[in-house]
Amino acid sequence: MVDPKLLNFDTLSVHAGQHPDTDHGARAVPIYQTTSYVFRDVDHAAGLFNLERQGHIYSRISNPTVAALEERLAALEGGVGAIATSSGMSALFLAIATLMSAGDHIVSSSALYGGANNLLATTLPRFGITTTFVNPRDTDGFRAAIRPETRLVYGETLGNPGLEIMDVEAVSAVAHESGVPLMLDNTFATPVLFRPFEWGVDLSYHSITKFIGGHGVAIGGALVDSGRFDWTASGKFPTLTEPYPSYHGLRFAEEFGTQAFLIRARVEGLRDFGAPLAPQNAFYILQGTETLGIRMQRHVANTRAIVEYLSGREEVSWISYPELPDHPDHDRAARLMPDGCGAIFAFGIKGGRQAGRKFIKKLKIFSHLANVGDAKSLVIHPASTTHATMSSEQLEKAGIGEDLIRLSIGLEDPDDLIDDLSSALRASRK
Amino acid sequence: MTELLVRGARVSASCGGREPDPSLPLLVFVHGAALDRTCWQLQSRYFAFRGFSVVAVDLPGHGRSEGPLCASVEEYADWLAELVEAAGYHQAHLVGHSMGALITLEAAARHPGRISSLTLCGGAAAIPVHPGLLSAAQNGDDIAYRLMASWGHSRRSHLGGHPTPGLWMMGGSIRLWERTPPGVLASDLAACDRYRRGREAARQVGCPTLLISGSQDIMTPNRSANPLRNGIKTLAEVTIEDAGHIMIVEQPDRVIDALDGFLTGL
Ligand SMILES: Cc1ncc(COP(=O)(O)O)c(C=O)c1O
Repeated sequence: MVDPKLLNFDTLSVHAGQHPDTDHGARAVPIYQTTSYVFRDVDHAAGLFNLERQGHIYSRISNPTVAALEERLAALEGGVGAIATSSGMSALFLAIATLMSAGDHIVSSSALYGGANNLLATTLPRFGITTTFVNPRDTDGFRAAIRPETRLVYGETLGNPGLEIMDVEAVSAVAHESGVPLMLDNTFATPVLFRPFEWGVDLSYHSITKFIGGHGVAIGGALVDSGRFDWTASGKFPTLTEPYPSYHGLRFAEEFGTQAFLIRARVEGLRDFGAPLAPQNAFYILQGTETLGIRMQRHVANTRAIVEYLSGREEVSWISYPELPDHPDHDRAARLMPDGCGAIFAFGIKGGRQAGRKFIKKLKIFSHLANVGDAKSLVIHPASTTHATMSSEQLEKAGIGEDLIRLSIGLEDPDDLIDDLSSALRASRK
Repeated sequence: MTELLVRGARVSASCGGREPDPSLPLLVFVHGAALDRTCWQLQSRYFAFRGFSVVAVDLPGHGRSEGPLCASVEEYADWLAELVEAAGYHQAHLVGHSMGALITLEAAARHPGRISSLTLCGGAAAIPVHPGLLSAAQNGDDIAYRLMASWGHSRRSHLGGHPTPGLWMMGGSIRLWERTPPGVLASDLAACDRYRRGREAARQVGCPTLLISGSQDIMTPNRSANPLRNGIKTLAEVTIEDAGHIMIVEQPDRVIDALDGFLTGL
């Protein structure tokens, strides 16, 4: 059999999107710290503005350093392209604002990152876009919640906080039956552990602030398109199929086909709403992509060791990690994410709010802060921090027990992490 | 988007974002095997805004055009002559890529009165297809798309560097092939593989012709165009460095520059 010689993941993660710079031969991706780009001549300028010529005009819309990162992320996720944004949240907003208008509706998993939940539940309704939330394990619930004005089905690869995993192929089929795309937040898995477009997902986005950067120094987001969703056949997306006055009546789907969504999101979304990724931040995040494959393997190996360790500790009342046999999505995880379910998980500490407080106070290596997906191990006890103002009943309703501790396992030596946890667990009993 | 009717079947075509104007010359873009009109997205916009009525067609059974597929390059060439007529023109400038280059070459040979100029991108007198690729396409094995992507792009393009910021070329090409209905790739590749008239057709071409090649094209390597060089009376050539067989997507700006220079000089 003939063998297609396409480059593999770990090669793409180091090289995709970049050629040594032609002027000086710089091997690293240079930081193009510039707002704007000189036109070749008047005609070239006109061609760029009318989407006949390709290139950079102004760094709100595109920038060469950022473009290298965008291509690399698209290559890793297996899409047709990507748009990097100033944060994960702005990538989510960009997707929604490109697809819908006031009066439209989203069906979303209820197991979401808090920021995404705020946007969908509280903020977007002010602009006339509403969301129905569904238990991610309830595929029929997604079907039942879809209305004629639904324009997106949305969820997270690994839900928050219980690492809920939806039946991705089935939910994708439900969305497609109704002519709407499925978008997943793939932040927690990264393309190393889950390749959404191989399972029927149409769009994905990442907070690249997290594992993709990996160092916790820069906020950023990325929106990736599989290029598979047929906007014209669906007929529900006038932003992509109807004439756009801003470009002489351009119909994006007609002229750009598989790239229609990304081109509209860039030339309208980045142009009008702003929120591009800064070149300096793109540079930082590019450093992270180079080691993404090996880092995620280590994150998972450390996580597995710690999950095993905690399973044997009497101070721990439960652990929620999909590789454990008692996790409700255990089988699905084995099918969708055989290489591991990421490095973020929650467990219950006996003794509730007070024990949680003592545990956190004693930790030396784990940092107590509000982030995940860093080279450094992180911990948070929502009941005494982010959710401290909530009553026990309110916490329970949000699915966050007083005893819930969330860990994000870093790249340190696992023995040191286990020692750290061990002394903190002992302290929690005192 | 215009819709034309050829042989009773609906043909979809992009006009490059501007309604065709019958007072302007017609420029027709013809895509390659199992592709569609969107691979000409930049070229069609550029010329639509610079004095041409542009029709970037979806060949029958491709993209959004109704079937049936044509079984041979010759059949597509006759269909193309009818398309020019259906667009309300007696004559057109033709631009073809890969299988589209064979089709436009053959059309210029068979219908000399209808063709004002010919541009062949990745053109050759024959495009024999690797048996492994042919059988993968016939079996509907999606390895065929990856083989096309692997051979169709220059080594440079395998790493990206898409001229449109943020787009990933390899993913985009594979997705375009995947979108075609089952059987289209196999039928197109078989039509390319069976085409034998290239040498003869080249001698029959009377109109000014431009050959645009990628310096790293391994699907229609430089020597495969020798019969065109020997046969076509007025042939100009432009070679695009670092581009492979899919130079129209890999380096659209260079293709626009070459085509613009050629059409302006006519
Ligand atoms: C799963 C998930 N999605 C999205 C976001 C938002 O990303 P950002 O903080 O980069 O805006 C976060 C941030 O914590 C997250 O954890």
